[in-house]
Amino acid sequence: MLHLALFLFFGAICVAGAVNLLVQRHPINSALSLVVVMASLAGEYLLLGAEFVAAIQVIVYAGAIMVLFIFTIMLLNAGEEERTKGSRVAILLGIPGVAIGAVLVAWTLLRHSQTASVPMFALPGVPRDIARLLFHDFLLPFEVTSILILIAIMGAVVLASRPDAVARPHHAEPAQQPREVPELVGPGKERG
Amino acid sequence: MSIAIFAIISIIKSVAVIFVLLTAVAYSVWLERKVSAHIQNRWGPTRVGPFGLLQPLADGIKFIFKEDLTQPYVYKTLYIASPIIAVVFAITAISVIPFGNSITIGPITTYLQITDLNIGLLVVLGITSMGVYGVALAGWSSNSKYSLLGGLRASAQMISYEISLGLSLIPVMILAGSFSLREIVNAQRHLHWNFFYVPFGTIAFFTYLISAYAETNRTPFDLPEAESELVAGYHTEYSAMKFAMFFMAEYANMVTVACLSTLLFFGGWLGPVFGPPLMQALLPVLWFCLKVFFFMFLYVWVRWTLPRFRYDQLMAFGWKVLLPVAIANLVVTALVVALRA
Repeated sequence: MLHLALFLFFGAICVAGAVNLLVQRHPINSALSLVVVMASLAGEYLLLGAEFVAAIQVIVYAGAIMVLFIFTIMLLNAGEEERTKGSRVAILLGIPGVAIGAVLVAWTLLRHSQTASVPMFALPGVPRDIARLLFHDFLLPFEVTSILILIAIMGAVVLASRPDAVARPHHAEPAQQPREVPELVGPGKERG
Repeated sequence: MSIAIFAIISIIKSVAVIFVLLTAVAYSVWLERKVSAHIQNRWGPTRVGPFGLLQPLADGIKFIFKEDLTQPYVYKTLYIASPIIAVVFAITAISVIPFGNSITIGPITTYLQITDLNIGLLVVLGITSMGVYGVALAGWSSNSKYSLLGGLRASAQMISYEISLGLSLIPVMILAGSFSLREIVNAQRHLHWNFFYVPFGTIAFFTYLISAYAETNRTPFDLPEAESELVAGYHTEYSAMKFAMFFMAEYANMVTVACLSTLLFFGGWLGPVFGPPLMQALLPVLWFCLKVFFFMFLYVWVRWTLPRFRYDQLMAFGWKVLLPVAIANLVVTALVVALRA
């Protein structure tokens, strides 16, 4: 009972955050709504008994990746998006279309999925079990993924250190013409 | 224990711990002013109460009555929300810190800890990662060049040193075999403190301490908020109560770091215990508080002794020195523990 109530609570926050992300005009509000979505997903993972995954979700996703999103928005000075006139046809057909599509997908998944519900703590969630899966059963995919991440890091470093990637070369600014200084109109001039 | 009694006990514990934490934050400001004064051969607060002990009360009253300027050009929602975010995450981290063993009052036995999670260490790391948002959003929403630069620098510094902070704590977890803070302390019984586990525990301790000083934006890593550098960095445009909240958040983070240092490296509440059962339950809390006080004193001592790093030196140190040391320590500790098992 409490389990269902908490699930609905976190689920409602998650959906509200996701809808707010779409509705907000300023990208920073959207990014912060995405942080709320990540945190509520961590709550859902806790309800499944996957405590390690929940903690890692907060540390990695909400605490590092979203911070970098926010850095990008701050550095690029992304302003509010313009509101153009929405197409009425799109609203008339779009919203019912989305609703029907969602209902179809949900019905198909619920009806034809092979999974059943599992009692809590039946699946491995303790760090010890996850470590055994990661470093013992699935060691090769783990190592291959780490090499993939290393390649991504190297690619980022190469892209960032290209000489023509620098915005303005510092030495190429010649001495500019001095700006026109407006003549100060002082009491002396007036009298002259 | 039924849910109702559990809820009431948890509420009582939370209120008590938060009250003590906020008082500790206020008096750590007093400690800083007194210790810095004596280091600089002057007196510090002496007039308000004996030894200036009521100075934090006077400061609190001042902050409440000060004029709360809100510039017209700030991004209102985030401007008001940032100090709240900073304070909330700074105070939440105390919820998994154990202060002692269990205490028995009447029919109720409870741990001296608000909640004993078995991923306590990860929860603390997660909450400190979320604390970066207060700083970054404060700097951005203030809509001023000093604030933006200070906020960006502070948050870049914080996320850089978070990595070496986490990596320096993993050897502790390997030695104890658990993420639960209570288990980690219990693994340090009989003076097997992690600090004395040369060389891995000692290296881990110093890496942790340096990363934590950078994480809490304290000297020698306090360039983002030093007056001579960036006016006041990300909290330039804040006044009165909002500034007080940033202040509280910074000192609460310091208290959390001090608590973690004692728990993970100095045996937490372990110390000589004697006497009747109630005293046996409360004496560990005394040892814990003495050790935390030592770390707070160390924070102030280092601040008023060392000059500060320049920002590029700071980032180079974090990525090129501290991170490799933390990784190497982690790898060697894991090897040693695995070979010994």
